Amino acid sequence: MLQALEGSQAVAQAVALCRPQVIAAYPITPQTHIVENISKLVADGKLRCEFISVESEFSAASVVLGAALAGSRAYTASASQGILLMAEVLFNIAGMRVPIVMTCANRAVSSPLSIWNDQQDSMAVRDAGWIQLYCADNQEAVDTTIQAYRIAERTELPVMVCMDGFTLTHTLEGIDIPNQKQVDAYLPPYQFSRTLDPRNPISLGTLVGPDFYTEARHSHHQAILNAQAEIVSADQDWLAISGRKTGGLLSVEGPEQAKTAILAIGSVLGTLRAALRELPPGEPVKLIKLRSFRPFPTETLKAACKDLDNVIVLERALSPGSGGIIGLEVLAALSELPTPPRVHNFAAGLGGRDIPLEILPKLLSVLTEPNEGRFKIIDVDLEKLPVEDR
Amino acid sequence: MIEIRIHGRGGQGNVVAAYLLAMAAFEEQRYGQAFPNFGAERRGAPVTAFVRIADRPIQRRNQVRHPTFLIIQDQALLQVPGVTDGLKPGGKILVNSSLESAELSKQLGQQAIALQATALAKKILGRPVPNTALLAAFFTLTEMLSQDSLAAVLQKRFKGDILEKNLQLIQEGAQQVPAGLWKEKEEESNAASA
Repeated sequence: MLQALEGSQAVAQAVALCRPQVIAAYPITPQTHIVENISKLVADGKLRCEFISVESEFSAASVVLGAALAGSRAYTASASQGILLMAEVLFNIAGMRVPIVMTCANRAVSSPLSIWNDQQDSMAVRDAGWIQLYCADNQEAVDTTIQAYRIAERTELPVMVCMDGFTLTHTLEGIDIPNQKQVDAYLPPYQFSRTLDPRNPISLGTLVGPDFYTEARHSHHQAILNAQAEIVSADQDWLAISGRKTGGLLSVEGPEQAKTAILAIGSVLGTLRAALRELPPGEPVKLIKLRSFRPFPTETLKAACKDLDNVIVLERALSPGSGGIIGLEVLAALSELPTPPRVHNFAAGLGGRDIPLEILPKLLSVLTEPNEGRFKIIDVDLEKLPVEDR
Repeated sequence: MIEIRIHGRGGQGNVVAAYLLAMAAFEEQRYGQAFPNFGAERRGAPVTAFVRIADRPIQRRNQVRHPTFLIIQDQALLQVPGVTDGLKPGGKILVNSSLESAELSKQLGQQAIALQATALAKKILGRPVPNTALLAAFFTLTEMLSQDSLAAVLQKRFKGDILEKNLQLIQEGAQQVPAGLWKEKEEESNAASA
């Protein structure tokens, strides 16, 4: 049954349904209402869980790392500067191959200071070695949070569930919260294979010389690539229980015969969907929802794009001095096709700039107008800049 | 699909008003979406919240630029540039104001309905929080959603004394404006796509 819930509140309920044993968070800006809601569930006695308020995000990540190594199901959430402050520990968690789930409520990073939504924070730690799944709406955030524990525990890899800050976290909409029985059936009690145990001592995260470091990296890389199958099956199995599909690695919608696709991640997909209905373009257009950014689903993407002429990638982050981040990976993946589509890459909605429906014709204009370079911030207002910066 | 924009000041319960409105839609098996446009929030600063109500799931997440209805929680905000921008032709404005509707409309240069929501709230709640009285008046004017649904969502959001007083406040607020005055707006908007 649909309930009217704020995104953060819904995710807090989803986390609670996963029966976490340790939650650590730094409870001030840039935090979300997620941990605030969870702390209330704990304080009200509705969730039996150790809730540890720490003094920084570095400590939040460190506490969940320790807790997971001690065999607990652990959770944390952060965003923006908080993610950056966690960065060192995020690499450690991934390198030790510890199953932890965290929510990144995507927000811009400083400087200039911004509290609003874009995806620069999670993109900045894309190389940390975590699985990264992006949510298009709050229902997906709920379902992906639950799936994330399943994926993390079966792969022994940490999973970052990325949901747009404000645009999802602070939006109230209709959300179906599964019941405890459904989640328990999907997510049995977990025993970490390398739980720290004084009777059976092992070392983790120790010094590794050049003779084994490369192999550790290779193994980690392979493990994340191999997680693709687990991400797909986690979604299928959750479909069987909940009746809802979240889109596996990626999903494609729109007319079969379309030769153009727009690929995006996160909540802008809903706006694009509405735009396609309200401002129907002259030619059929598909939408590709990229859900898994790490692992990057190269083969699935190739299969989805093999008959296309144009792929327009829209993202909410950039690598200054290079251009789009997702766009570059899409370009690289599709270059393996015998007749690759042209890839056009745009960023929009940085630091919370609203993305209106009118973005659709702007994106599609690339098909008829000469392309000025590989990447462009499509909603920049150059008039606001001095001439030399335009 | 109906689009509503709420303008107020930090501390006036803007986000709560938007959430209550969207929640009420679900009480009647419709769909709602509500979200704030946060600034660097602080008490007294102008804030905006957006609401959509529709008969099918709402996909878009852009800000409401062309609302059918504006709810203004502080009449002084009418002087702030941009507050009434983008109102659809024939769109309606409800204002928390100490003036009569005729005088307010004259000052504003367009039709608006005034509700003395602060005075009502002070009388019943003992605090100048105008949001629930305005919602009650809005529900009466539009008859888009029932007062029962507003009462039901208040019961989900509040409890105890605050709930009782708010239930009393919405009863009074609902009686201050002409019932169904804005009713046709919804039917027109429904003809447009969701």
